[in-house]
Amino acid sequence: MMLLNLFWTFFQVGILSFGGGYAALPIICEKVTSENTWLTVAQFTDVVTISQMTPGPIGINAATFVGMRLYGVLGAICATLGFVAPACIIVTILAIIYKKYRKSDVMGGVLTGLRPASVGLIASAALSIITTAFFGAELFEINIKNTDIIAVCVSIAAYILMKKVKKLSSPISIIILSGVVGGGLYLIFGGA
Amino acid sequence: MMKNKYKILFPLFLETFKLSAFTIGGGYVIVPLMKKKFVEKLNWISEEEMLDFVSMAQSCPGAMAVNASLFVGYKMAGFLGQIAALLGTILPPLLILGVISLAYTAFAENPVVKAVLLGMSAGVAAVMLDVVVTMVGKFVKNKDVISLILAACAFTAVAFFDVNIIFVLAVACILGLIISSRKKRCGK
Repeated sequence: MMLLNLFWTFFQVGILSFGGGYAALPIICEKVTSENTWLTVAQFTDVVTISQMTPGPIGINAATFVGMRLYGVLGAICATLGFVAPACIIVTILAIIYKKYRKSDVMGGVLTGLRPASVGLIASAALSIITTAFFGAELFEINIKNTDIIAVCVSIAAYILMKKVKKLSSPISIIILSGVVGGGLYLIFGGA
Repeated sequence: MMKNKYKILFPLFLETFKLSAFTIGGGYVIVPLMKKKFVEKLNWISEEEMLDFVSMAQSCPGAMAVNASLFVGYKMAGFLGQIAALLGTILPPLLILGVISLAYTAFAENPVVKAVLLGMSAGVAAVMLDVVVTMVGKFVKNKDVISLILAACAFTAVAFFDVNIIFVLAVACILGLIISSRKKRCGK
């Protein structure tokens, strides 16, 4: 029964979180700290920190972590499944429509608008990732004094390597290499 | 055909597993990962389809990485493909957090973990920059002025004016419809 409740709670979060994992966090906070008193706000802060630190989609991480803290592995599974269930239903419907009407005029028209807009959104996400990595802040809160020199150097080196060395053109190998080399630099020179 | 469908399930699981495990710093990181693996290496989807999946994944509620994986799964092997992709996407967080939750304060405050994560973020920044440069470069190469303007407007609206993403996507849908119907009329 408690597991069902957990599933249902995260099902609601899953429906409401438009715009990615970060949009889900305030909704999860509301649900687990005030609507249900499963966690204190301080405990929820831990959830946010861990979700951002660990790899994987942030919404999934948060659901997994809350579930895990409450009822162990079973709780983690219930919360995660609840979170993804609405998306599964909606994506399936859209995928069927896409397959059927992809070549149609209306769908084609919608997609000619959506594709470039998505490139714009990806660019905006890239900008925010870059400013966070280089200055530890979003665009409007940048302070040049806080420039993270190690991050800037690692990024530039990673970009050049990705372009020049064929073996390193895969994003995964670049990310791992940056983690090892960058991590080493932070440990030697401090700043982490 | 049926046999091929089953054969694709395990690779699908494995690739979405990797995709999810390397989604560091937000859902958009899947774009360079998908482009390199699904589009260029495995030829599972075309670049256009990838952009379509990303656009639609953004328009649906939930985590973008999950939604995009679900679209790819459906395209490759229907409902079974979706299940394989879903398992691949939710398993890494489950495993990683399962281990971490045993001692999460020790993890969050460990200096080595912090240093490696910072290094990885720098790598992610480079990877994101690369994918944006390539995508915008393609518009420039094709002299696709309309797409360039649309992308620039969407970028400006979200990056500088904090406009809601769903609103931007809705406007883009309408503009796309208008532009394509105009083109058709001019063509005739």
